[in-house]
Amino acid sequence: MLEISGLKRRARLIQAIRHFFVLHGYLEVDTPVRLPCLLPEAYIEPEISGNWYLQTSPEICMKRILAAGIPKIFQICKCFRRHERGNRHLPELTMLEWYRRDSDYHDLMAECEELFLFLANELDMTPTNCNLDSPWQRLTVAEAFSLYAEISLSEALASNFFDEILVRDIEPHLGQKRPTFLYDYPAELASLSCLKSADPAVAERFELYINGLELANGFSELTDPIEQRTRFEKELKIARSLGRATQAMPENFLRDLGQIDQAAGIALGIDRLAMTFFGAERIDEVVAFIPEEL
Amino acid sequence: MYSASDLRKGLKIEIDGEPYVVVRFDFSKPGKGQALYRTKMRNMVTGNAFERTYRSNDKFKKAPLEERSMQFLYSQGEEYNFMDTKTYDQIVIMKDQIGDQVNFLVDNMEVDVLMFNDNPIGVTLPNFVNLEVTRADPWAKGDTSGTDTKPVTVETGYELQVPPFIDEGDKIQIDTRSGEYMTRVKE
Repeated sequence: MLEISGLKRRARLIQAIRHFFVLHGYLEVDTPVRLPCLLPEAYIEPEISGNWYLQTSPEICMKRILAAGIPKIFQICKCFRRHERGNRHLPELTMLEWYRRDSDYHDLMAECEELFLFLANELDMTPTNCNLDSPWQRLTVAEAFSLYAEISLSEALASNFFDEILVRDIEPHLGQKRPTFLYDYPAELASLSCLKSADPAVAERFELYINGLELANGFSELTDPIEQRTRFEKELKIARSLGRATQAMPENFLRDLGQIDQAAGIALGIDRLAMTFFGAERIDEVVAFIPEEL
Repeated sequence: MYSASDLRKGLKIEIDGEPYVVVRFDFSKPGKGQALYRTKMRNMVTGNAFERTYRSNDKFKKAPLEERSMQFLYSQGEEYNFMDTKTYDQIVIMKDQIGDQVNFLVDNMEVDVLMFNDNPIGVTLPNFVNLEVTRADPWAKGDTSGTDTKPVTVETGYELQVPPFIDEGDKIQIDTRSGEYMTRVKE
């Protein structure tokens, strides 16, 4: 179990996050963690609970609330991902997600800067060797490959080694001295983000890195239900090819998605945020219990 | 069979017919990307190491390793003869396969022999062994020059540093992992 001082600083961090979002006019929501179907994702394996699933992210319910007309919402909740365990991973993690209508991914990047400065001020702590002053580094995925990898982004995609090169050659350089937004992902890796109207080869998606650690993933949300259905079908096809039992199409979600004109949303791992602020090398150092001691 | 999610430090697997041990392990997963298992593997026979990244659908064969309790009988040149204490089978292990552990091996000692596909690939001695000192310079009593150790040779021919009061014929305990003197053994 985490010692008392560790529990206290974690509590202060979570309270400061809540304070920030309430001050910025966000409504805190609290949605079910057990769901009959999830958003299909090729490489995230859900935990099964009876005939239903434990959520891997609160995205599905939060976007339906957004579709119902609430402009700004946030949630702090548990997410479950099978087989994810390492120095930076837990199979049960604490997630912060926030969504806002009529915004795009640049608005979210700016809001991340504000959030981190607010937290640093509230906690009177800054991440080790990292200057949080705005503006943070913004690096496109293509630029990162040309700076740090031996092959270009298009070669990495063609050879199917994008993930390996990103993890081995690029991530260790990101967020050193100041935070980095890695942004404009190739359309193949758009996930639930919309493509850039000026350049449909690129998706309006970003990830935030501090000291080589990936903390958050945000997008300008894809709000076209037809395009979203096609992408889900692709994700399900990959999951099937990996031998995983696949689930149903989230029809209620797709029906409601059409009610949103424009929106942006982001998921930020609170355990990793705690690692960053408290200078922890391992995720085990910031949670009350690790699975191995339960 | 193991899958990539079973990989962890210390796991022993077979690759291309040879036994490997995972000496470094790191789980990574870029946002929305695939789970990657970054490892450093060391060949348990040659000691050579390599780094490789695996994906979750990669599969591994469990290395067919077995540890057997054996008694050291005698050595003849480079050949060291052992006997399985259960089956009484005798096997020969070459000196270079035993490595530095030959420094602490004396007749009748019980050791663990690691077998891969019925071939011996390593010998593990008890953590502490008692060996007789066969050569030591006498302790010049009253020598307060400040040197607090002196070199001695034990029955296997191994040389090490010991406190100055150790004499020829004494038995001393040695830690086989570090090769260092622990204490004098009273008979």
